[in-house]
Formats: sequence, C-alpha cells, structure tokens
Amino acid sequence: MSTSDYDPACLPDLLPLYYRRLFPFSQYYRWLSYGGVSKNYFQNREFSFTLKDDIYVRYQSFTTQNELEKEMQKMVPYKIDIGAVYSHRPSQHNAVKSGTFQALEKELVFDIDMTDYDDVRRCCSAADICSKCWTLMTIAIRILDRALREDFGFHHLLWVYSGRRGVHCWVCDDAARKLSVAARSAVAEYLSLVKGGEETVRKVVLSDPIHPFINHSLSVVERYFQQYAIVDQDILGSKESVDKVLAVLSPLCRQMKSFTREGSSVSYDLHFSCVSVKSNSKKGGQYFDKEIMLQYCYPRLDVNVSKGVNHLLKSPFSVHPKTGRISVPIDLKELDTFDPFEVPTISLICEELEKPRAEEAEEDDMKDKENEQEAGERRRIRDYKRTSLAKYVKVFDRFLEAMARSRKGEMLKKSDLQKDF
Amino acid sequence: MQFPGRRKKVIGSSQNDLYDHCLQFYGQPPLENISLTEFETFAVERLKLLKSVENIGVSYVKNSEQYVKKLDAEFSSLNFPLRTELGDRRVQGGTSEYEKRRKDHISHFILRLAYCQTEDLRRWFIQQEMDLFRYRFGELTSKHKTDFLHKNNLKYETVSAEEKKSLKDKLITSSYGLSGITVEEYDFYKVPFQDALDLVRTRKVYLLAGNAYIPHHEIVTIVLNDFRTRLSKALAMTARSLPAVQSDERLQPLLSHLSHAYVGQDYSIQKNMGKISLEQIDALSGKSFPLCMRHLHKALRENHHLRHGGRMQYGLFLKGIGLTLDQALQFWRSEFVKGKVDADKFDKAYAYSVRHMFGKEGKRTDYTPYSCMKVILSNPPSQGDYHGCPFRHSDPELLKQKLQNYKVSPSGINQLLPMLAEILELVKGMHYQLACQKYFELTHNVEDAGFSLNHPNQYFTESQKLLGGGLEIKKEVDMSQRSQENPANMTRPSQANSKQAHEEMGDLDSFFQDE
Repeated sequence: MSTSDYDPACLPDLLPLYYRRLFPFSQYYRWLSYGGVSKNYFQNREFSFTLKDDIYVRYQSFTTQNELEKEMQKMVPYKIDIGAVYSHRPSQHNAVKSGTFQALEKELVFDIDMTDYDDVRRCCSAADICSKCWTLMTIAIRILDRALREDFGFHHLLWVYSGRRGVHCWVCDDAARKLSVAARSAVAEYLSLVKGGEETVRKVVLSDPIHPFINHSLSVVERYFQQYAIVDQDILGSKESVDKVLAVLSPLCRQMKSFTREGSSVSYDLHFSCVSVKSNSKKGGQYFDKEIMLQYCYPRLDVNVSKGVNHLLKSPFSVHPKTGRISVPIDLKELDTFDPFEVPTISLICEELEKPRAEEAEEDDMKDKENEQEAGERRRIRDYKRTSLAKYVKVFDRFLEAMARSRKGEMLKKSDLQKDF
Repeated sequence: MQFPGRRKKVIGSSQNDLYDHCLQFYGQPPLENISLTEFETFAVERLKLLKSVENIGVSYVKNSEQYVKKLDAEFSSLNFPLRTELGDRRVQGGTSEYEKRRKDHISHFILRLAYCQTEDLRRWFIQQEMDLFRYRFGELTSKHKTDFLHKNNLKYETVSAEEKKSLKDKLITSSYGLSGITVEEYDFYKVPFQDALDLVRTRKVYLLAGNAYIPHHEIVTIVLNDFRTRLSKALAMTARSLPAVQSDERLQPLLSHLSHAYVGQDYSIQKNMGKISLEQIDALSGKSFPLCMRHLHKALRENHHLRHGGRMQYGLFLKGIGLTLDQALQFWRSEFVKGKVDADKFDKAYAYSVRHMFGKEGKRTDYTPYSCMKVILSNPPSQGDYHGCPFRHSDPELLKQKLQNYKVSPSGINQLLPMLAEILELVKGMHYQLACQKYFELTHNVEDAGFSLNHPNQYFTESQKLLGGGLEIKKEVDMSQRSQENPANMTRPSQANSKQAHEEMGDLDSFFQDE
C-alpha cells in the first residue's frame, strides 16, 4: 500500500528527513542550470516557499546547489514553487533600481486540474479523483504532448503529477523558455477547445473546415471514449445524464428521439436519428457527435497559468501537504498504467528509508568518511534508490540526459558552422 | 531620433523617392523642419483619425464593407493618403497625394512622442495604428502588397511545391476557403510560429515542427506582427529620449494635452470614496450595477466565493464606485467567511490581494477598474468563473432567460419582449456595449441612455445620476450630447491634469469637441 497512512500532522517530522536524505538535489540543480550555457541562470531563478503556518515567502534565490540544499533544510518548506529567471538575483530585487528588475525567461507550463471538469464528471467533484476520471488526465497528456511536439516543434517536455488532482507540463526547450507573454497565450489558445463558464451549455463549437489539430485530438479522444465515457462515467446510464448530454445539443435540435440502450451492449453511435438536425442543417449542426466527445473529454487548461512569464508553479519533487504525495515525473511510456494512488507519499518513502541496509551500503559508508559532501550526495543517491521514489528519479534522469544530448548537438552544429567560414 | 521643429536638418531625397508608396512602416523618422502650426495640426488630425479608427472598430466588424466605407470617408475628410498612385494631380484647392503621405509620416512620429510614456498609452496607440495599418494594407492591390514587402525587406520563406503537395490535405483543412487548386497555385509562406501569433491563436493556420504555413492572402497578419514588434520597440526607445523633448516649452503642453485627452476617464481617482455603505450594495446591485457586476455580486452572495478573475473585475469595480480599502476588506471577508474560508485563511490568502488592488502591496500600482473593452476582450471565463461580459460570454439563450428574470420596472413589461429582441440582435452583431446600453434603457425605463457606454463604472455613475442617488458625482466636461448621434464615440477628457493645459490650449480644444 503506497499511502502508508499519511497524516499531515507528521509533516514537520518527515519533511526534514525528506530534504536531508531523499530530495534529488543534484538532478534538480542540473535541470535548472540548463548546462550552464547562460550565465547566472540558476542564480537568477525565483523560488517561493510556503512554510509552516502558511507563511509565504517569495523572491528566494540561491547561488549554488549547496546553498539551495542548506536553505531548504533550514527552512523546511511545505510547498515549493518555481518562478522565472530574472534580470537580477531575486533575493536582491529590492536593491535594484525600480523598473529594471524583470522576469526574462521561464519554461512554458501547463496546468490541468480535475476540478475544471466538474460539469462533465459524475464520479467525483472538486478535489477528489478516482480511477474512473483519471482517464481525463491521460487523454489530456496524450493530446497536449503530441501537439507541443509535432505542431510546435518542442522536444523537452516534463510531465509531472501535481500530487492531488492534476498534472503539470514543463516545456523546457530553449525556444520555449524565451517565449513572450503574447506567444505563450497564443499557444495556450491554440490548444483550447472547451470555452465558456457556468453560463455556457454548449462549450465546443466546430465548423468547417476541421483543423488538423482538432482531428488529431479527436482520434485520441475516440480511442478512450467508449471505456471512459460510456462505461466508466456511464453518461448514458440514467435519464438525468442523458438529458445533460442532450442539453448541449438542444439549441440545435427541436425534436429528439429518446436514446435507448440496446440490450447489454450500449451503442454509443451518436448519430441520432434526429430529423430536425439534418434538415435544419444549422451551421455546426453536423458535428455534434464530435462536439460532445470533446466537451466531455478534451483537456481544459487554465490559460492564465501558461501566459505569465513570472507565474509561479509547484515544483517537481515537492510534497503535496494535503495528500502527502510527492509531485513526481510521469513516464509517458507507461502512461496508460499510471496510477495516481500508487504514487509514493512522503510517509511511505521515509518508512522505506528506515529499512535495514544491505552490506554494500556499509562498505560505501566507509569510503565516504573521507569526503563529507560527496559522502552526503552518494548516501542520498543510495537512499532514494532504496525507496519507491527511485523509478521516478530515473524518469527525471532520462529527461535530463535528453536535454544534455540536445545541447551537445547544438554546440557541435554551431562550431561546424563556424568552421565553414 | 531627431525631432522636427527643433533643429535644422538637410531635406531628404527628392519628392518622388521619399514617399513613393502610400503605405509605410515608419522606419525612418522625418528629417525636415516644420512650423509649430503644422506640428500641431498634423498631430491633432492624426489623433482624430486614430480616434475614428477606434470608434468605427467598435461599431462595425473590422474590415467589413461598412467598416471600410466609413474609414475611407474619414481618410478623405482628414486628408490622409488614400490612393495608391503618386500622381501629383491636385484636387481643386486640395492637398496633393505627396503632401498627404508626408503628413501621414510626420504625424505618426509626433504622436509617438505623446503616446510613449505609459504602458496604457502605448497599448492604445499600438492598437489603433495596427488597425489602421491592417485596413490600409487590405486596400492595396496584390501587386502593391508585393511591392510593399520588397521595399521593406520583408522576406518570408516560401514553401516548395513538393512540400505543399505532401501537406496538401492538411493545408486545405487549416485555412478557410482553400481548395486543392488554390493550394497548388498560391504561394505559401513558412514562418516560425512566433511570427504568426494571431493566426496561431485562432488556429487559422497549419503548424508543423514549430512553423506556421501561411497562405498568401493571410500575409497581412505576419506583416502586422512585424509592425507591432517594431512599433513597440520604437516606443520604448522614444520614451527614453522623451525628457529632451519635454524640455522644449513649445512642445510640452501640446504633447501632454494630446495624451490626456484620449484615454477616456479611467475611474482611477475615486471621487466618491466612502460615500457608499456596505448595506447599500445589495440594493445597488439590482438598480445600478451593469449586468456583469450584478452577475458577479449574485454569484458571490450565493457561493460565498469568487475566483481570481471575478475578484479582480468586481473588486476593482467596487473600488471605482467608492469603497474604501477597509470597507472592501470587510465586504470580502464577511462573504468568504460564510463559505469554506475561515477568517484566518482569509487574512492570510485573500486580504493580500484586496490590498494589492488598492495599491498597498507589491508594485504599489493603484489598479484601475476594468473598462468594457478590457472585460470583453481579455481573460474569457472558464468553468467555475463568473466574470467577463454576459453579453459577450453567455449563451444567447441563457442571457435571454436571465434578462427576463432580472426583470424590469413593472411598466416596462410591454416593452420587454421587443427590447429583448433588440438586445439579442445587438449581441449577435457583436455590439456588446450597445446591448448593455439597451439593458440600461430597459431597466431604467428610459428611451435613450444619454451616454455611450464604455466602462462599468460609467454605467453605475449614469444610473445613480438618473435615479437621483444620494451621491454627489462631479460632472465631467459633458460630451454626452454628441453621443446620441454617434453612439460609438468614446471620449471623455479626464479632469484635473489637463485643466491647466486645457486653458492654454483654448483653440486646440475645439478640435476635440466638434462633430
């Protein structure tokens, strides 16, 4: 059992242990330094911490990995957010002439939150999630990942489980980090299909011609729709829910034949034998089956999160104080089997830490006595490897490797070009 | 950057070279002497032009037939370049094409001086200049468009025939009005998606590996993007050189008057602070709040919560009608506490943002209440949001229901149905502010609102005026007579600051008050 009975009251005891022995500082630092290509990239990065008793501090910055570690171990943050890379060290922003302290770069980020789907999920609401609605996240990740890679040409995407009810995406390409506010907002809007708040019943409107992006997204939704919507969410299971589906169409249809289930197998062929729709043929009326699928399944993202260069977002590997779960990277190769309830909690991994050590560990311990810091790091590497956190750090490692390879490729390309002169 | 009227400069190339295209990118500043009179006149006329661009853009769908016709008329009457040929034929006693182009050139640069100083001014200026440019570019023939691109060194990479063939189906389905034949025949341009944001945002173009595939007829969007970027950079640079210009006493009053006259009242200066009590808010929301704020207030009372977008829009509106910081804190806390938020959490999490709105935290900017334009155009609401403009963001069916429920004065029942139909027509035509004005007329039972709506706080002020509410509201320089003929007209000079310049510029004012 992964939960291991997490109790928020234990955080004050577990967090120090986590930051001392488990948090993957060296990979974290490696990530945010981006190969040291830009000077002071790490030093000018803003972090914000939420400490005990909800004390919130912004504009934290650190000069070295060591300083980051020491400070985190000292302050023991309950929540960690990552912000932008600024023109100066955030911790010294008050000393800078007003107007010159500016956010320069940041990863392009996306936040998919299950609460935004409350109007179309029947199993849960608000902060709750279950295996039935988790499919929505799977669909969201597949659609957005494809679009960001194939349409926008991005390569280095880190998908992270938020710890409770959603997922985040960090697009870390050079080009992505340099995007302007306008560009970020344009990307987010390109990716948005579900529009409207409480007041809008029909949230997806399709018209000719259907853009290739929409077609790609539809094929993903179609793959999951039968199992997700018809079986798990059972959207045709009661009169009430069928009515809800029909309500989306009601402006288009004056008469609807009532939809019936045929025996035990449900036909979800949404081509209603609805004469009035075909003959009225109002603009957009012919895609209502696609519109319904999209309204029930297409990713809903918060444009405001993606727009701002200085927006702060929860850091990977931070702990979610309410659930205790670690915000872990998601391996897209195993996406269909990802289970948010199997994600390790801080109590679990701290418990796993206490288990008796293997013999090799003791030998290494002796070697470590010579070099303190290296020892600390090696011990930490050994430590997380003994816990359920290990496989997630591996995903992170692979992500970092890919970026490093790509940076190397870029440098070779550049030096080749120069030689050509 | 050289400023005309200050130094002697060599006059540039011969007449024909300098202005050989009727459209320009304003890359090079003018290098000649002009008189102060010309300086003033040019500036004011361009300002009128930009103001018309803004008004016409609100009343008509941009680039529709009527829009173009109206703008054509403005161009002629204000003597800005319309024709594409530089023939020096003088219309009887009128100005030559060359002179019009010269005016276009010089007036643009003068207005840069007036509009570079703050973010808001820059944004307004860039928006109008872009709309203007889009309109003018659209009026060019295909040949002149290509000419323009060449002259300004705008080289965009064309897509090869093989690539077009392999992507044919995708290209056809990504833009409206394309067929297999047109894809083959027409040029397609491949540009990095960052250079085609408007097309990307609206998904009007095919994207592959970070590149946007633009059909020839959409090239204007790319050019516009370029235009915006250049202008934005130029304004930032201009702002840095501004102190030198402002030290010239001949120019300073004019420039300052120009930039104050056209941003409209922004309700940032609270004249009525403390004149509203919290108990009045419920009643006021029914009587004098515009629909958007009434909606937000109701949602807040019902859910004891509002999300960030709603808190900003409504909170700033309340500030604009006169709530003090303390009242605001009390108001929000008492409501949130009835919901899931305890007093402690409120003080920690939400109080900060209320204080932020009043300029007491962070950058200490005193945020201004949102205008209708801002509410309509930015930050559309999503699931769980109640902000935005109901005329823009609600389903027409739901809107209709809501309007029927929010009833009107008992005597208005007979007018209700036809009025509702009018409102819905306006909404369909995207005239959201006019629809809201009609709603005002409906709820206040008047024939004519008597003002042209462009700000929720304006709605409130006008409503209170009409109902004879107990608030003393200082009357602005009254432009409302004009608004009846020209409902899209949106100018209200702001008070205090320009009063001084106002007196000195007696003559100039008449430019702003006619029509």
